[in-house]
Amino acid sequence: MSLNPFKTIGIGVTFSPNLKANISEAARLALFFDAKLVLIHVGEKSKDKENTFKTFLKPFIGKQLNYDVVFKVGNPVGVILSAVNKNMIDLVILGALQRETFFKYYIGSIARKITREAKCSVLLLIKPSIKRVPCQHIVVNGLEDPKTKQTISTAFYVAKKLNANKITIVEEISQQEVAVNVDDDRSLRRSTLVKERLKLREDTRVKKIINDIPSGVKENILINTQSIFGKRGYSIGHYAQVVRADLLVMNAPTKITFWDRLFPHDIEHILTELPTDVLIVR
Amino acid sequence: MSQKKNKTKLFLKTLPKNIFSGFVVSLIALPLGLGLAMASEAPPIAGIIAAVVGGIVVSILGGSNITIAGPGNGLVGVLLIAITTLGLNSAYAAIICSGALLLLLGFLRMGKLADFFPSSAIQGMLAAIGLIILGKQFHIMLANKIFRDNSVDYLLEIPNSITAVFSFDDKGLTYAAIAGILSLSIMVFYPKIRNKYLQLIPAPMWIVILSVGFSYYCELILKQPNPISSNYMISDIPSVNEIITQIPKPDFGEITSLSFMGSVFALTLIASIESLLSIKAVDKLDPEKRRSNVNKDIKALGLATIGSGFLGGLNVVTVIARSSVNVNNGGTNRASNFFHATFLVVFILLFSTQLTRIPLPALMAILVFTGYKLASPDTIAKIFSIGKEQLIIFFVTLFITLKVGLITGIASGVFVTFIIHIVVNKSFFFFLRNILKPNVLMFKEESGLGVYYVSVKHFCSFLNYSRLKRKLDAIPEHKDAIIDFSMCEFVDHTVMENLNNYQELFTKRDGHFEVIGLDMHDTDSQHPFALRRLLPVPNIFKSNLTKRQTNLEELAKNYKLAYTSTKRKDTHFLDHFMFFKTKKIHHIYNQLSNYSKDIILFDIEFSEGEFISKEVIRATMLHIALDKNIPEFTLDREGFLEKVYAFAGYKDIPLENYSDFSKRFFLLGEDQDSIKSFFGNDLIQFFESNPYYHVDSNGNNILVFSKERLASNKEAKTLLNFGKRLREVIYKSKH
Repeated sequence: MSLNPFKTIGIGVTFSPNLKANISEAARLALFFDAKLVLIHVGEKSKDKENTFKTFLKPFIGKQLNYDVVFKVGNPVGVILSAVNKNMIDLVILGALQRETFFKYYIGSIARKITREAKCSVLLLIKPSIKRVPCQHIVVNGLEDPKTKQTISTAFYVAKKLNANKITIVEEISQQEVAVNVDDDRSLRRSTLVKERLKLREDTRVKKIINDIPSGVKENILINTQSIFGKRGYSIGHYAQVVRADLLVMNAPTKITFWDRLFPHDIEHILTELPTDVLIVR
Repeated sequence: MSQKKNKTKLFLKTLPKNIFSGFVVSLIALPLGLGLAMASEAPPIAGIIAAVVGGIVVSILGGSNITIAGPGNGLVGVLLIAITTLGLNSAYAAIICSGALLLLLGFLRMGKLADFFPSSAIQGMLAAIGLIILGKQFHIMLANKIFRDNSVDYLLEIPNSITAVFSFDDKGLTYAAIAGILSLSIMVFYPKIRNKYLQLIPAPMWIVILSVGFSYYCELILKQPNPISSNYMISDIPSVNEIITQIPKPDFGEITSLSFMGSVFALTLIASIESLLSIKAVDKLDPEKRRSNVNKDIKALGLATIGSGFLGGLNVVTVIARSSVNVNNGGTNRASNFFHATFLVVFILLFSTQLTRIPLPALMAILVFTGYKLASPDTIAKIFSIGKEQLIIFFVTLFITLKVGLITGIASGVFVTFIIHIVVNKSFFFFLRNILKPNVLMFKEESGLGVYYVSVKHFCSFLNYSRLKRKLDAIPEHKDAIIDFSMCEFVDHTVMENLNNYQELFTKRDGHFEVIGLDMHDTDSQHPFALRRLLPVPNIFKSNLTKRQTNLEELAKNYKLAYTSTKRKDTHFLDHFMFFKTKKIHHIYNQLSNYSKDIILFDIEFSEGEFISKEVIRATMLHIALDKNIPEFTLDREGFLEKVYAFAGYKDIPLENYSDFSKRFFLLGEDQDSIKSFFGNDLIQFFESNPYYHVDSNGNNILVFSKERLASNKEAKTLLNFGKRLREVIYKSKH
């Protein structure tokens, strides 16, 4: 595990009512992670704009924030993606609406398009704020997947840096794995047993991952595991919403085609209705 | 292996009980089977064939425990149309096809089909079926057979038929009408009479016995022919030989025609809905708290329907009234269903000629009563109390079903419900966007007590209820469950009603089922269905107390007790008494309690049975909490009936050296040894020297009452007194 996965943080900025909040969040995070902040603006370069950014960043510049502003004209998605590559950005922050409208979902908003195509980690903010809202509870997925190890350790890293005090690792187990239909008392007992066994199996797997994480990172963090039997990708979002998590950390999707959007699964569910701030680790 | 042995042992031990209850059920199944078949214009024996085949097949292959299978009320409407439009032999083919379809549904695990219909629409459809039955049979009950095209016309003709009774020229018709009216009054007033001996035989069987008896009385004693017109007697009941030799040939010639397919579809739909509703209701009555395997049952019903169709019988469904009679008479497993079929065969073998002595109007009176129960004003009042929009759904379904047909009716009910939901939420996209989302999250909280937490998002209505149901079904009923709707913007009546059912089920099985997060909806006027079902509006305007209530209040003052007249719904403390295991408690009221609440005298309203065999009973009872453990037992006076029960497997515990006590009292209980040691000299003397009471112990509480009716003021005092002294005796005894 690399000790600092996020060396350069990028953020797409436009002149929207959320601008100040978005910039504040990004700057704060850059300070927390000791990272360089890159503001990416799609549009003409102008003195006015630069000044506005500067005023918003002022409180953070005093705290030794290292930042850069990139101006480029063009298609927003393309501009941001190319800026990410050029500036070696490891984490791109995007402001997003909590729920997409029906039409936009199938066409795809800018934020979500970038999420799907970016080569780096993505943080989607649904409620950026100018003042810091402490991040206390992080929910992270514990799917059986080669990427999960990386995701969980990133979650711990983030938790450490943001002083979060609780991490819940959610193991989503699909109904197919239980393979017992509940019809009567007997099948109910059997399915409860199978579930119990699956839960144990998942718990040991996740425990192993946690054990590999250096103990310094785990300090002062309460670690919970929770197994959920339900639709993959969807139920973890629902869970994060139920427990009012401040951040949901997820594996990056393998590959997404248009069909996946028509029949959403895994991360697409979360992109449709963001339960909270979401960090997608790549 | 010993488990298997135990099972066999248990089966054999409960066998007499099940034979007995199978017998009682067959008494009600015989007239109902004949009547339902005749109401569907099928030969009367078709109903019996359905019951026999259903009883045998479903008892062997079914997945429920205490249900009874046979011809159903709901299907009368559909069968009637099928038989009149297709002809009898094609109708048999339709029955066979619907059985096959039902079997397929079972294999596809689609037993939950009925979950996709809004409950008000189902109510409307059932009410329409009730009116179809009532409308048609009412005229026959008054000996005035008429033929109309439309079921609405039948209903409109009812006043004419009533006036026609007074102008019959033919004496035979008048007598037939009298038989019908008498039978109807038996059906109506029977539940009101609480007499053990009378109640042993179900009302429909009384009608059969009385009318056959009357016919014999005329023939043998008056030596004159039965005065009832012979046109209004049951037409020939074939003997068993004839049934076997004259099996009808189902005609599959019309299998591709639209009306045939429509009939098959309607039969399957109604059969699955009726069976499912019945299974759900009966599961709540099961004293052993088992869960039925619905899909297995649907498969068995499908197979039985196929068999029944080939033998010339009607569709087989799970029936609620007969099942509840089974529970109340001590049926504990599927054997009772089997024996109900066996006894029906015996009846046909022995009495097939006697059955032709039953006048048709008498039999139809049973059906008129059934139809009335399906469409009773109570149902409408209940639906109205839930919300006006439910009434719209109900009546739209009702009228379209009556005017056009069942399938169109239920389809329009679904449609109207959906439209109303869109109007209430002022959004169509809200439903479209979220309908396919897996909106239910369930997990077992890993901290604490392992509570099952269920959270529902977006909306929850009849459209996606099955998703919630699947999660809820995976929770064992003796555990704690919390259902959170705070992220759900819209919950409809169908869901609320089903949640209420779950709540009852969980409470009965010692679990907890709590619905939370609906408080916000309540203040929101856009949400008319919510919560009203769960939190009944508190009674702010207290009505004046009745004479009896003021008397009780005075009694309370004299005995230094606290009196409250309000209804109390949390009656879980009564669920563990033997007496209430198969009964549904509505509420307790007029409660008198002492300071420490260990003695409570109360009036109670509970019901026994379901549908046409439902009896609502009010009684006064005394509940005493003890601070020591005593064995569980039931004590009552010994009578003839108890001897019959003893024969059927309820063992009276004999107490040596107290033969007089044993002769006078009937003592029941599992743990014989500790009961024997508990009943010492003092206690026995106490019981012997006091009036008879029914005493029920559940371990550390006792329940005392005398009659299944409300007690007078004086009786209440004696009851209270008896209870107090009983407690002293128990405390003094060294056990």
